[in-house]
Amino acid sequence: MSRWEKLKRNPRAAWAAFILIAVLLAVLPFLADTLLSRSWVRIIDFVLLYIILALGLNIVVGFAGLLDLGYVAFFAVGAYLYALLASPHFGIHLPFWALLPLGAGVTCIFGVLLGAPTLRLRGDYLAIVTLGFGEIIRIFLNNLNAPINITNGPQGVNKIDPVSFGGFSLNQSHQLFDINFPSVHNYYYLFLALTILVIFISMRLQDSRIGRAWVAVREDEVAAKAMGINTRNIKLLAFAMGASFGGVGGGLFAGFQGFISPESFTLIESIMILCMVVLGGMGNIAGVVLGVVLLVVLPEALRYIGPFEQALFGRVIVDPADLRMLIFGLALILVMLFRPAGLLPSTIRKREFEAEDEVEAQNGARA
Amino acid sequence: MTLLEARSVSKHFGGLLALDEVNLSLQNGEIYGLIGPNGAGKTTLFNVLTGLYSPDHGEFFFNGEKLIATKPHMIAERGIARTFQNIRLFGNMSALENVMVGRHVRTRAGVIGAVLRDARTREEEDGIRSRAFALLQYVGIAEYANNLSSHLSYGDQRRLEIARALATEPKLLALDEPAAGMNATETAGLKKLLEIIRGDGVTILLIEHDVKLVMGLCDRVAVLDYGKKIAEGSPQQVQRDPAVIEAYLGGV
Ligand SMILES: Nc1ncnc2c1ncn2[C@@H]1O[C@H](COP(=O)(O)OP(=O)(O)OP(=O)(O)O)[C@@H](O)[C@H]1O
Ligand SMILES: [Mg+2]
Repeated sequence: MSRWEKLKRNPRAAWAAFILIAVLLAVLPFLADTLLSRSWVRIIDFVLLYIILALGLNIVVGFAGLLDLGYVAFFAVGAYLYALLASPHFGIHLPFWALLPLGAGVTCIFGVLLGAPTLRLRGDYLAIVTLGFGEIIRIFLNNLNAPINITNGPQGVNKIDPVSFGGFSLNQSHQLFDINFPSVHNYYYLFLALTILVIFISMRLQDSRIGRAWVAVREDEVAAKAMGINTRNIKLLAFAMGASFGGVGGGLFAGFQGFISPESFTLIESIMILCMVVLGGMGNIAGVVLGVVLLVVLPEALRYIGPFEQALFGRVIVDPADLRMLIFGLALILVMLFRPAGLLPSTIRKREFEAEDEVEAQNGARA
Repeated sequence: MTLLEARSVSKHFGGLLALDEVNLSLQNGEIYGLIGPNGAGKTTLFNVLTGLYSPDHGEFFFNGEKLIATKPHMIAERGIARTFQNIRLFGNMSALENVMVGRHVRTRAGVIGAVLRDARTREEEDGIRSRAFALLQYVGIAEYANNLSSHLSYGDQRRLEIARALATEPKLLALDEPAAGMNATETAGLKKLLEIIRGDGVTILLIEHDVKLVMGLCDRVAVLDYGKKIAEGSPQQVQRDPAVIEAYLGGV
């Protein structure tokens, strides 16, 4: 039994751990702000944003086993939807509470639209086609500035409304109980709340009739069909759910950044999100979260290489930007070599060891 | 009463006629054997029946109605469940979860229910779990409920496939060589299980190479050879049929 399992069986320890984590998360931006710097709070905000995105992709790739390389398309659609409906570009300024569900809904539809033509494809073929769709969306965004200017083309959309609730704008500092909450801190709490919601939804879905159907399709589509699963609908549902997470992430990104352009939604972005899912452990929610934390934080932490070299050798020998990507790539390769199932693979294997307990319990209940 | 009727069902792959105007009719509650040499078209008949392939022509009538729905999941919904010759379990799911997947077609909960986990969904989920566990006990592998299905022995995997198929509440259970890879004891156990299943009102369509099992278990047997039905009748009749002897020995 792992330490984690033991923890779960001890309610008091579990509560203590829970409270500890909750307090830590509550003060995290202040910790990062004082111990590191304000820019680290921003990085943490991005960690949360990417957790939302990666968990969306995890539904498609991890749960349902559909290799989607165009996931960034939904991120883009969500971001542009927010940007166009809350910026001076069209002069429309919808409130955040309306934009969030609208973004989820519209990207949901996009998920179905882009998913439907790929239903018969699997593996490599699916990857290639979704990759194409991702690029098509980006190219559309790049070119939809003429004859009618919808997306403002490569210039992108500027002056996007910050997220605000009534008059409470997250873009300004707020004073509460004599504590100053700068903008990045405000966004942190919003993102944290939505991240927790997305984790909650993922967990609930995974452990449900729908979640089992996804895994069944992933494991053996023919058998899944023969057992009465409408594989077409269940795959579309995976695309739709994944897309809506992406759309929510996109909206948050647009409001947070205040500016978006097609450049933010390139193939490399799709691949980064896929790496986060695969590195941590496909299909395992905790694994995906870990993957995101590592892949967002590691490149940022590796920025300190420059000053480090300077201090060590008195001059910068290797360009830190190059070295950064080199170490980053190496780390990825090492993980895939030594932990091919990801850092935290799905826990199903652990359950084998509990089998005996459960049977005894069940038999005891019956006797 | 007739449960399943195949009317001149044909299926070809390229130039190969895998099924040639096959007619079958299964009575409610019987165990109907389907035998024939390798490549005779038995599995193909299953695949056509369960909607994985569409027949070139011919049709199936099930429970008095035409099986128009050719989608596999609709066939399952109508009450036909199957197992596979080359076992097709969900390898990375536990045995219990495999059977729980079988409950999919008889349950309703969607995304909203899954997320909110309201009283109805919880009740349904509990029902799925207890029913699945009961089915594992029914086929005699409850002790492996939480093992990965790919870690079970061959014989137990075959039993698990049967449990998963039963979870869909079929009227007709189609088994493709369930005794393949089993030793004599396991086969005897399987025979007992199939008799119990039939006793519980499920009609069984059985493809099997194990002659002893077929003779001891089936009420009627049909023989396929090169896609054609060459004989039908009680096991004893079929065994004596010269055409059958020719089919089995002629090719050797
Ligand atoms: N998908 C397919 N594509 C092409 N040919 C096929 C296909 N499925 C089956 N066949 C061919 O159809 C014929 C009948 O095959 P089938 O699997 O139905 O035989 P079978 O009676 O089940 O044999 P066995 O006892 O070996 O399982 C064989 O010649 C086989 O090669
Ligand atoms: Mg066969």
